[in-house]
Amino acid sequence: MSKRSTKRPTAISIGLQRGKLEIRQFMRQRESVVFTMLFPLILLAIFGSVFSDSIAEGVTFSQYFVAGMIASGLVNTGFQQLAIMIPMERDFGTLKRLRGTPMPASSYFIGKAILVTLSMLIQVALLLAAGVAFFGVNLPTTAEKWLLLAALLVLGSACSTVLGIAFSNVPKSGRGASAVVSPVVIVLQFFSGVFFVFTDLPQWMQQVAAVFPLKWMTQGARSVFLPDSFATREVAGNWETGKTFAIIAAWLVLGLLWAVRSFKWERD
Amino acid sequence: MNTVINVSGLRKSYGSTAAVNGVDLEIKKGEIFALLGPNGAGKTTTVEILEGFRDRDSGDVRVLDFDPATKGHAGQLWRDRLGIVLQSTLDAGDLTVYESVSHFAHYYGSPKDAREVIELVGLTEKSDALGRTLSGGQRRRLDVALGIIGNPELIFLDEPTTGFDPEARRAFWALIKKLRDEGATIILTTHYLDEAEALADRVAVINKGQIIEIATPDQLGGRANSLATITWREGDVLRSERSAHPTDFVKKLSEKFTGEIPELSVKRASLEDIYLEMIGGTHE
Repeated sequence: MSKRSTKRPTAISIGLQRGKLEIRQFMRQRESVVFTMLFPLILLAIFGSVFSDSIAEGVTFSQYFVAGMIASGLVNTGFQQLAIMIPMERDFGTLKRLRGTPMPASSYFIGKAILVTLSMLIQVALLLAAGVAFFGVNLPTTAEKWLLLAALLVLGSACSTVLGIAFSNVPKSGRGASAVVSPVVIVLQFFSGVFFVFTDLPQWMQQVAAVFPLKWMTQGARSVFLPDSFATREVAGNWETGKTFAIIAAWLVLGLLWAVRSFKWERD
Repeated sequence: MNTVINVSGLRKSYGSTAAVNGVDLEIKKGEIFALLGPNGAGKTTTVEILEGFRDRDSGDVRVLDFDPATKGHAGQLWRDRLGIVLQSTLDAGDLTVYESVSHFAHYYGSPKDAREVIELVGLTEKSDALGRTLSGGQRRRLDVALGIIGNPELIFLDEPTTGFDPEARRAFWALIKKLRDEGATIILTTHYLDEAEALADRVAVINKGQIIEIATPDQLGGRANSLATITWREGDVLRSERSAHPTDFVKKLSEKFTGEIPELSVKRASLEDIYLEMIGGTHE
């Protein structure tokens, strides 16, 4: 037998290959791509048409709603997508097969992160394009706000990804994953001020929502898309930007620990 | 290094049930080694410990001079030299055969050429077909292609031909022999006795967590010098006799009858008979 080299491809180079493969597979699942990407637009169309009033001086409900939907996009493309997809891969034997190869576990997660990043960017771009084109949504005008948006997308998406990987151990099977994961997301969306103005929600709902990252992601997105004059209408009377990033970062660390400790390559 | 796998005193329990209860094994380089045993005999647990999928309770295990229970980074260099073909998987339905095989090549330090491997498993015509359009046998060939793309020194095959038609099985057996001829060592678990007989250099029979015997297929259970069974009809009764010297016995019998001995047959034990006797089962 020929002499084999002891040089191994790096975890990063394998991770990039995984990312390429994940994207290719994602693009071929046409129904789910269309559904995942268009559903938020349909919601935007419905809510934008039903609630056409202004909620404050110079702030339409559509503007408020787009901010919420962008935050939701972080949760949908990371948490929801992975927490449904990974249990299926576990059922199909994909994960066990991978574990039998020399692929490092980190490469698998790099691949997932690439998939989430791409689908998140498509989602955000579609929401912004539709919002501007049909619902008079205003884009941020200062470099500072764009930078804030970029930081929010990076941190929020990372947080959502690790929580999705961690939560992928909760559904008992791939077939049941959607039924377990989707209600969690929908309830959080209602509680976190995606569908309604957050300060109009009952106090207890606001308090529950404040524990979870989606509330902070939506608030962060509002600080990008709404005029600074609106900050006084928030619960704290200002955007709480520092606190927002701190809480999302805390969930990122928590999710990372949870994911590393609980990840399973096989169904029990 | 001539010993590829060395196992001694391997034990593994689940709760109070001992799945593997003191297994010893030595498998040499270039062998095709078959592990036979009924469901729940400890076959899968043993193999999964060798593959590094499962931890053991006690015993020594060396696979390619490496302890499969080793945690961390070192395992990647070891896995680079292994090929594992699990029982049927359903993944990669949205990828073509070529995409899957060439992607897996990226995981290894010195992989084989993807096109060559596809050719070797006989899927060249299906190179651009999506995984989900393959038949059961073709899928199994893809599983094997993914298992051998890394140019493994040791290949684990778990029930490789379940669901194959007879022709496909023979083609598959030829493939396995070819891999061995190229220098790989192969560990095979199977339910099919004829498969073990056709492929394996040595067979181990495992039952209730212990290895009952390790031998070549023709020597297993004393098969080579086992008693032959002679049956014939005398009046209304079908009689049978077991004998170490069947030729003599038939001679004597032919003196007793004038002309043909009614319904005479002389049968040696098949591998299946021997195996069933060993594990205490009966013919269905």
